[in-house]
Amino acid sequence: MLSQPVPELLTRPSGGRAASLPLLGRDGEPTLFELSSPGRRGWSFRATGVPEWAADELVPAEHLAAAAPALPEVSERDLVAHFSRLSSRNYSVDHGSYPLGSCTMKYNPKLCDAVAAMPGLASCHPAQPDQQVQGWLALLADLERILCEVTGTAAATLQPAAGAQGELTGLLLMRAWHESQGRRPTKVLIPDSAHGTNPASASMAGYEAVEVPSDSRGLVDVEALRRLVSDDVAGLMLTNPNTVGLFEVDIEAIAAEVHAADALLYYDGANLNAIVGVVRPGDMGFDIVHLNLHKTFATPHGGGGPGAGPVAVSERLAPFLPGPVPRPVPGEEGRYRWVMPEQSIGRIHGWHGNALVLARAYAYILAHGADGLPEIARTAVLNARYLKERLRGTYDFPYDGPCMHEFVASSTPLKKTTGVRALDLAKRLIEEGFHPPTMYFPLIVDEALMVEPTETESPQTVEALAQALLAVAAEAAEDGGAAATAAPRTTPVGRIDEAGAARKLRLTWTG
Amino acid sequence: MAAGVIVRGMGSFVPHTQAEIEAMLGFLGLDSLDDLFAHIPDAVRLAGGLAIEPGRAETDVLGRLGELAGRNRPAGAASSAGHLVCFAGGGAYEHDIPTAVRALAGRSEFVTSYTPYQPELAQGVLQALFEYQTMLCRITGMDVANASLYDAASSAVEGLNLAAAATGRKLVWVSAGVRPAIRTVIGTLCGPRLEIREAPLRDGVTVWPDDLGEPAALLLAHPNHLGVLEDVAGAAGKAHGAGALRVAGADPVAAGLLRPVGELGADVAVGEGQPLGTPLAFGGPYVGLFAVKQAPYVRRWLPGRLVGEAEDSEGRKAYVLTLSTREQHIRRAGASSNVCTNQTLIAVMTAIHMAWLGPAGLRELALRCGRGARYTREALFRIPGVEPAVGAPSLYEFAVRTPRPAGEVLEKLAEEGFLAGLDLTADYPELGEALLVTVTESRTRADIDAYVTAFEKAVA
Repeated sequence: MLSQPVPELLTRPSGGRAASLPLLGRDGEPTLFELSSPGRRGWSFRATGVPEWAADELVPAEHLAAAAPALPEVSERDLVAHFSRLSSRNYSVDHGSYPLGSCTMKYNPKLCDAVAAMPGLASCHPAQPDQQVQGWLALLADLERILCEVTGTAAATLQPAAGAQGELTGLLLMRAWHESQGRRPTKVLIPDSAHGTNPASASMAGYEAVEVPSDSRGLVDVEALRRLVSDDVAGLMLTNPNTVGLFEVDIEAIAAEVHAADALLYYDGANLNAIVGVVRPGDMGFDIVHLNLHKTFATPHGGGGPGAGPVAVSERLAPFLPGPVPRPVPGEEGRYRWVMPEQSIGRIHGWHGNALVLARAYAYILAHGADGLPEIARTAVLNARYLKERLRGTYDFPYDGPCMHEFVASSTPLKKTTGVRALDLAKRLIEEGFHPPTMYFPLIVDEALMVEPTETESPQTVEALAQALLAVAAEAAEDGGAAATAAPRTTPVGRIDEAGAARKLRLTWTG
Repeated sequence: MAAGVIVRGMGSFVPHTQAEIEAMLGFLGLDSLDDLFAHIPDAVRLAGGLAIEPGRAETDVLGRLGELAGRNRPAGAASSAGHLVCFAGGGAYEHDIPTAVRALAGRSEFVTSYTPYQPELAQGVLQALFEYQTMLCRITGMDVANASLYDAASSAVEGLNLAAAATGRKLVWVSAGVRPAIRTVIGTLCGPRLEIREAPLRDGVTVWPDDLGEPAALLLAHPNHLGVLEDVAGAAGKAHGAGALRVAGADPVAAGLLRPVGELGADVAVGEGQPLGTPLAFGGPYVGLFAVKQAPYVRRWLPGRLVGEAEDSEGRKAYVLTLSTREQHIRRAGASSNVCTNQTLIAVMTAIHMAWLGPAGLRELALRCGRGARYTREALFRIPGVEPAVGAPSLYEFAVRTPRPAGEVLEKLAEEGFLAGLDLTADYPELGEALLVTVTESRTRADIDAYVTAFEKAVA
């Protein structure tokens, strides 16, 4: 395959390479507190005509603060300039390629922004009586229907605010189901390649997390799994494709093994982008599925959130779902009401979940539909497979099965010869105009670079990324890592002393 | 589908042309896109496609969502057709959102970036979060704030988890003045590991039992769900005496007037950031506020992301995620929490709104809410049969006993164009038929006068 020439069509200028980004200047941006000037203000309030009682005429004096909190005092103009400059010191999907493995940083369609801004959605109070919010209930009910169809499940809760909260929800459902069967198993099995949230969620649900080793293929070691399964096991949490980007081809045997012990199979939806519309978790035997709408369904990640982590389940688990859930009013076509599932575990969110994120995902799904959703998976896998093959020979692939939407490359050979680490290559890649891949994850691969190009990057962008990854490795081999270890030099700040920051904590501005 | 022919959904954002796909497949030595999935067992592959509608163009999607939005009666100004003038709060509030806040928080560099794992590319979000942490500490009177949790409920849960980890105890006391849905979330999420007991209200104020046992934490809200100002210092004293952590629900709007909970002895401040910068949004996305006093357990047990000041290789000031050894991606099953993605964008919105207000603006905001509430309260209590459901002082929301069923009052006032409040009857049966009425700076005297007139008619 290496002998294949790169098609010329793919070597044109790329839309996703962002080395043209003009981040001006090398000065730091002052904090708001340094920009503050006593007595300056940005605020204004209208006259309401309500009597202007003094503070101590409103609440007893013992409750009153001596002074208002020491917030910064800035003009609106300075405020706008400050946050605009801060935004210029931040890379984003809207700038270019963001091949962060396991994060599915695809293009976030602008039409979904317009949906989230609709006053008929954005201005509803979450405690309004059902009859005043029929549009919202219909939207959430339809989203639930579609997510169940996409995952091959029977019912879902839309409350969890993020993937990790979805995991905890799913594990609590697992617990409730076992209790309903008169069982109290104490362990949850989790592959050694799993996201850290899996074992952390298991602990929060009161389970002991037990690690399942991967085999030489990078897949669940089915023999080892067989030895670990017992009546004390509540379930297995599995990401499929897994975090090395490989499809767990033994999934039918795994499901049979787990179910034979009356344990449940939990699907971590972090990597659903690889199979959406092509393979359904329910058809693979999964009983509980969490989705990351901010990954597969392109709701913007907001610099770290908000996300949304709905949990969909098979028929036998539906009675335990958190509530309330929107359900049709019997005998009244098209009308919905909030209903608490009969054996509900309770609530996960203070209201109904990240509703506007759910509305964005709904719009995204309507746009794609039955024909567009599988195209996402097919193209995401095509991009990843192409990129992986372009890197062959320069990077190692410790688990070299056919990759899905992402793959994990290792730069161990380069480290052995030059001492250059995956971290150095990642930082050097920034200077070439790309956000780096995920580094040092999963933990079972040394010097890991986990690359997920996503389906919205053009073939030219994927090829440009391949060339950049090849060039930084070749350069490091030649200069012994001189350039890579000094990178990045084009960004507002250079490499940061993270260990120093953790040792000498400065978590607030103190002047 | 015919081999090799690309099916393109109407609302697709995939850029690949037919020729490009063929070139890539050719490079890979494959004949069709289906070959990419050839190693997946046939039995688990979806035959026949998804049973949902085909994709549609942007205009049709917006049309469908617009139609759904049109079936809601959102809270808003009286002048907007179909809107309800909002006197409901209870954990979700209509406030005026400055245009500048909306504009800045809508910048795509903030909206479409990931968690700042590569700090050199994310100084903007990191600095904004550092400023958020600082401002949150200043309004709560605490020392260390994290970079946000999901909502008030998740903050309360994490506050109790932190207390349990720090004290090595399992018993937690939760005031009945904490919003009922949050108490349910605590039961759901902490129930498997902690023993949760409830402290009742007397005339709206929490009564802590004399014998607290050996608790990890006491949790109360200030103001509480009935709008009542609690005795935070008294609760803190009791908690301290019992060796527990004091977890207090703090309100960022009331912070303009009230003594900060940190000053009143709280060890952990939790709360909802929605009132500053975020629309009602049918309940989310909001932002969980979380701040603590400096203590030895912070380094090990603080939940969530934390931004710290750092230096780069040339000694320049920089910002970075720090103390990650507490977190799930490092410590896995032993992590302080499972939280990963939080509500960063909403935290940034809250920060921008706090800075737009400044100290004088935040005080003015709290004053205006309090004045509107007093004006409304006095007018409502002149209506025969309408009376205070509790006697304790409140700031900008208060419980009203109604002479007719509260649900019926809500319904009648909706016909007149008002969202009259929240029905408290089911959650607090000891109050009788009661509504929680909330007044913010968004309500004018004219709004309030019209509301009171409609209220009088509804209960007549």
